[in-house]
This record gives sequence, structure tokens and C-alpha cells, in this order.
Amino acid sequence: MIDLGPHAVFIVWAYVGVAIGVAGLIVWTMADARSTARRLAVLEARRSRQSSERVE
Amino acid sequence: MTIDTAPKQRWWSRIAHPGQFVAWTAPLLWPLVILTGALFVVGLYFAFFSSPEDYQMGDTVRIMYVHVPNAWLSQFVYGVMAVSALGTLVWRHPLADVSMKAAAPLGALFTALALFTGALWGRPTWGTFWEWDGRMTSTLILLFIYLGIIALWRAFDDQLRAARVVAVFTLVGAVNIPIIKFSVDWWSTLHQPASVFRADGPRMPGSILTPLFVMFFAFTLLFVTLQLKAMHTEIKRRRVMTLQRKAAQGAGT
Repeated sequence: MIDLGPHAVFIVWAYVGVAIGVAGLIVWTMADARSTARRLAVLEARRSRQSSERVE
Repeated sequence: MTIDTAPKQRWWSRIAHPGQFVAWTAPLLWPLVILTGALFVVGLYFAFFSSPEDYQMGDTVRIMYVHVPNAWLSQFVYGVMAVSALGTLVWRHPLADVSMKAAAPLGALFTALALFTGALWGRPTWGTFWEWDGRMTSTLILLFIYLGIIALWRAFDDQLRAARVVAVFTLVGAVNIPIIKFSVDWWSTLHQPASVFRADGPRMPGSILTPLFVMFFAFTLLFVTLQLKAMHTEIKRRRVMTLQRKAAQGAGT
């Protein structure tokens, strides 16, 4: 690692803060996408089951 | 002979149909993820191993490589929301509502990170984490506007009505963007004036501009990738709400 000089703590915390923020945003976006896709799959499966029961 | 009386959809109407939009943008996601990741690797290498320290600020100039892209995105994301707000109010397009809603949390986080990295850069450079001057105060107001927009979206069950209210609020709030941009020219401030995009060219050497531009594109592509994914999710969420409403109506009859 390069020597970041006397203000290294500010530089490191700036990058650590951005990394945590960006990682959190990615995790939240993916978690939201997965839970919504799961809810949609359940609802569509229920809907297709109901429509096939109606046909019978 | 038959006469085709069905109204013909223009090509942009076809690709902007929410279902079609997911279909043609989904294959773009993985290439965008790979490109964004590669740009971050290159950008961080340049930021820490292949760029000099500044002759005045020393190594703290390296904070610029995360501060400037986040500050740019804080305003660019608002621009995306303002254009989407026009799409909502003028064309009543559902994809504009979706874009507006997906962008708000992303813009809020980029604004918070711009303020955070700015404070950490300000302490060693100016001797203070915070000063109530034009640039910093107007950026803090931008963060509050983003948070207000997120709260407004959540305040309405009817998302069509929410979109119209949020669109008006977004366009009114857009007045803050030129205030942020010109704050460093209008008022006495600690913050430096524009030093990259200037009529007489950038006021920094190529060795510092290179990591700045790579990180700028890395963060911008990160936003594009997350925005697309969040828009796909929002389109699915609306489908979930429609199905739930239909199920409830079916159960009631």
C-alpha cells in the first residue's frame, strides 16, 4: 500500500464510507428485486392454477 | 382487400412499453455489471498507485476521485428524475413514473456520499468538516428534497396519483440544481469553482484527470446499472399490486 501521508485517516475513511454505501445500495437493490420476483411468481402460479381449475 | 384500421405504434412507444422495456434491457445488465466492475478496478488502481499527490493538497486529492463522481451523480440523477417527471406530466407514461421512483433512493445515497466525502476532504484542506456556505447548504437541501420525494412515494397507495404529485414536487425542486451549480460563482465560499468542465479547459494535469474520468464513468455506469435493475423491480412490483387487487376483487364477488 502506498504511503498516504499525514491525512491518511481522512482518505481511508472516505473510501471505506463510499464502499459501505455503494455495497449497501447494491445489496438493497438485489434483495428488493428478489423478494418482488418471488411474490410475483407466487401470485402468477396461484392465478394460473385458478384459471385451470375454472376450465375443468 | 382489408383495411388495417388498428392504430400503428411508433417504435419508441413499443420499446417504452413496460413489458417490452424489461425484455430488451434485461440482457444489458450483465455486460453493464462487468464493465462497471472493470472501470472501478482500473479507476482505483489509478487513484492509489498511478497518480501523483497534489502539490498543495498532497494525498488528500485522492478523495476527489470519489467525491466528484458522487457530487456529479447527485445532480445528474435529479436531472433524470426531472426529465421523467416531464414524461409523467406531459405524456402520462407509466415508464416515466417507474424511472422517477427508481432513481430517488439512488440519488439520495449519492448525495449523502458527496456530503460525507466532501466533509472528510474539507477537514484537512479547509480546517473544517462543514461550513454553511452556498455549495454545501444547497447540496444538503438536495438531500432533503430526495428524502421528501421518497417519503411522498410511500405516502400514497395509489401510485398513479403519487406519480403526478411527485412529478410536480420534483420539477419545483429542480430549481435547486442551478443554485448548486452556480453557488460557487454567486457567493463567497470555501468550495473551489468549476475546475474540470471549463471553457478554457480543465485546470489539472492529465495524471490527475485520468483517474477522475475513469471513476466518473465507473460511478455513472453503476447508477445506470442500478437504475435499470430498480426499474425492472418496480415494474414487477406494479404487476404484483395489480394481481393482488384482482385477487381481492375475485374473492369479494
